[in-house]
Amino acid sequence: MLIMSDHSKSSPLPTYFAVFIALLIGTGLTVYASGLDLGPFNAPIALAIASIKATLVALFFMHIKGASEKLTKLVVIAALFFLLLLLGLTMTDYATRAWS
Amino acid sequence: MPQPERENYLNKHYGVWSWLLTTDHKRIALLYLISITFFFFIGGFFALLIRLELLTPAGDLVQADTYNKLFTMHGMVMVFFFLIPSIPAVLGNFLVPMMIGAKDLAFPRINLLSWYLYIIGGVMMLHCMLTGGVDTGWTFYAPFSTNFTNTKIVEAGLAIFVAGFSSILTGLNFVVTIHRMRAPGMTWSRLPLFIWAHYATSIIQLLGTPVIAVTIVLVAAERALHLGIFDPKLGGDPLLFQHLFWFYSHPAVYIMILPSMGVVTEIIACFSRKRIFGYSFVAFSSIAIAVFGFLVWAHHMFVAGMSVYAALVFSLLSYAVAVPSAIKVFNWTATLYKGSIRYDAPMLYAFGFIGLFTIGGLTGLFLSALGINVHVTDTYFVVAHFHYIMVGGAVMGYLGGMHFWWPKISGKLYPEGWARLAALIVFIGFNLTFFPQFLLGYMGMPRRYYDYSHMPEFQILNVLSTAGATVLGVGYLLPMLYFLWSMRYGKPAPDNPWNAAGLEWKTPSPPPTFNFDEEPVVTWEAYNYEELDAPNKEEVPVAR
Amino acid sequence: MPDSSTATGLHTEAHNPALLHHFAEPQQQRDAASLGMWVFLATEVMFFGGLFCAYLVYRLKYFGDFGAASKTLNVTLGATNTAVLICSSLTVVLAVWAAQSARRTLLIGSLGITMILGLVFLGIKGVEYNDKFVEHHVPGASFSFEKVPTPGHPGQYADPHHAQLFFSLYFVMTGLHALHMIIGLGIFLWLLIMACKGRFTPEWHTPVEIGGLYWHFVDIIWIYLFPLLYLIDRHP
Repeated sequence: MLIMSDHSKSSPLPTYFAVFIALLIGTGLTVYASGLDLGPFNAPIALAIASIKATLVALFFMHIKGASEKLTKLVVIAALFFLLLLLGLTMTDYATRAWS
Repeated sequence: MPQPERENYLNKHYGVWSWLLTTDHKRIALLYLISITFFFFIGGFFALLIRLELLTPAGDLVQADTYNKLFTMHGMVMVFFFLIPSIPAVLGNFLVPMMIGAKDLAFPRINLLSWYLYIIGGVMMLHCMLTGGVDTGWTFYAPFSTNFTNTKIVEAGLAIFVAGFSSILTGLNFVVTIHRMRAPGMTWSRLPLFIWAHYATSIIQLLGTPVIAVTIVLVAAERALHLGIFDPKLGGDPLLFQHLFWFYSHPAVYIMILPSMGVVTEIIACFSRKRIFGYSFVAFSSIAIAVFGFLVWAHHMFVAGMSVYAALVFSLLSYAVAVPSAIKVFNWTATLYKGSIRYDAPMLYAFGFIGLFTIGGLTGLFLSALGINVHVTDTYFVVAHFHYIMVGGAVMGYLGGMHFWWPKISGKLYPEGWARLAALIVFIGFNLTFFPQFLLGYMGMPRRYYDYSHMPEFQILNVLSTAGATVLGVGYLLPMLYFLWSMRYGKPAPDNPWNAAGLEWKTPSPPPTFNFDEEPVVTWEAYNYEELDAPNKEEVPVAR
Repeated sequence: MPDSSTATGLHTEAHNPALLHHFAEPQQQRDAASLGMWVFLATEVMFFGGLFCAYLVYRLKYFGDFGAASKTLNVTLGATNTAVLICSSLTVVLAVWAAQSARRTLLIGSLGITMILGLVFLGIKGVEYNDKFVEHHVPGASFSFEKVPTPGHPGQYADPHHAQLFFSLYFVMTGLHALHMIIGLGIFLWLLIMACKGRFTPEWHTPVEIGGLYWHFVDIIWIYLFPLLYLIDRHP
């Protein structure tokens, strides 16, 4: 849940700065990758980089990693699951309309 | 009153502001009770006008546009301002903390905010109705709602948006409360199934409502700023609106029915004097309904132009969602078997629920079959189907729950004779109103039509339906009257008039503001009726 | 769950003024607040999710036209804004750490810099919106998107109607995101005021933590919005 002055751990600052740098690198990387012709992979790669960045923010900045209990993770997973349901099941309509 | 009144949540503070600024979940529940009853009558009034128009085949009572507004406002008010809040906001708010042994919900001030948001939304909706209303049907499909109608879509949409936020906050409060505020010993498997039902309902409220909220934003943006996301002229797809709308609105019907199922479970256990058969199955079926309910929305769109392959998928999933509901019905039946049945008013409503919900649910399966769906979509068959579930199911559960917990809420007993009579009138009136509509729909009478003079043979069934609606109205009025009567003239209620299981019955009637003098410590399983009915009346382990 | 040894909960321990009466102990109150914020963020995922759904449907349907429209967005400004928000997430997490370790000056400074970065983000957004307005890319009566080549399809022009769809979604999605930023600024202003008054201690700084969660979420939404809206089809 919330980290409450856990004195047994070393300072979290190095981790924060490392994640910060990683996020900036990820941003640069996605801009660079968009300029390359990767065929149908441009979008998946952009989304993958975005998802890694988002995961870093969630795990380290929002403290999901390490401090929190299973319930927080369950809430996050549930939200993502239902979002994917919305997107996925809607696309079953749009992806197959042309078949008729 | 002959003896000095014990201090309870009703008399602890007096004055309007002590109610309007309360954070006591029990007072907020009563604020909701008054508000949703008010909107129930508004919605009922529109229903009355609809049924009056349909007494004759010709469209002779109101004009066509007016009729469109009538069924739209009936639907919007009943769905968003009555059914969705009803049990969670009244019975849930009152009972959830008590049933788990807590002093209040996790966020009492947010609870009060929820009520104010509901009121603001309600006032906006009232204003919208009084200044012209909306004529799109409660489903406000694009492109009619976005491009063509001249009625007050944006205002109605905003009213629903605000009310939806109220619903989200209630769900948030319940989820956090149930996770964090259970008394010592109150493990998940000892929770009353009413709590499981409200937990599942809250999940739906939290994850579904935001989608219709953003859909309303898109519709409002399209009308106000001419954006055109659903506009076919721009390449937009009206079906996308329907996907986004029904992604919420289908799970919404489970918001309306799950709490009612929770009520029925409590009543069945008490009035059979037995533990619920298959506790885990009933608990997990609530969660299953919540999850599965999100997988089936496009069954409202089978004839709208969606892909037939996707329709197949959704049809299959719609069959699956019936299974957890059926599991509940089987477990209730098994609970009743060899139970010591009492026919008090709450139990009459519970019986009514089981029968009518089953009919409504089964006709849902008819509708899930693509072949039948093509035939009966947009006919009175659909209207009858959802009224069997919403009215025959949800409202009867609500009334049963109001009767069951009335002694706890008010400290008074309602008159049992009148209550049983009213339950019977409701049951008869309901079936007389809505069973003919199955027949009408199957024979081809379209819904949302004010004129059926091309098929005058429908009249007799419509007349029966309207007659039934009148009887039903009487049935609804009676409890309003005798509940009010009982507050002044009813017999004082003991702590546990039904000798029911549950922590809420271990408090005085009405309860003190903070529910429990000492935090209860739970060492017994839910529905411990054998212990409660033990012949030597041994003291059941109790916190106090 | 509260320990049964703190049965009454009201008077047994040194009464923390921040402890609300219906909670048995401060940890329960903190856990409730945290869970409440996470659950709220889940609802926000679904709120934006509806828009992502609309975007997904139309982008796949009108890929070329969306690419043409996306190309008119300023990647430099968008990437800068992304970096601005990432910096602000760092300052937020520093603020939380400062609150945990009683570093009041750092707390106030971090909260302040977060707000400044938020304002910078909104300022850049304003510049972008103005650019779109000037170029007649704002959907509505004066929308114009004539003779813009479709990327990857030499000789073809983008359909202005479909381009308008892109911009409709662009404005709604970034507009809603900006609205959430403004609300975030309001929250952080309140946190800043409270911090200046010295209200936060290592024992109680829950508002900073849950305010931080909200800010990070707004950052995450932008992390997805940037590539989806700006970087569709940028290669030559």
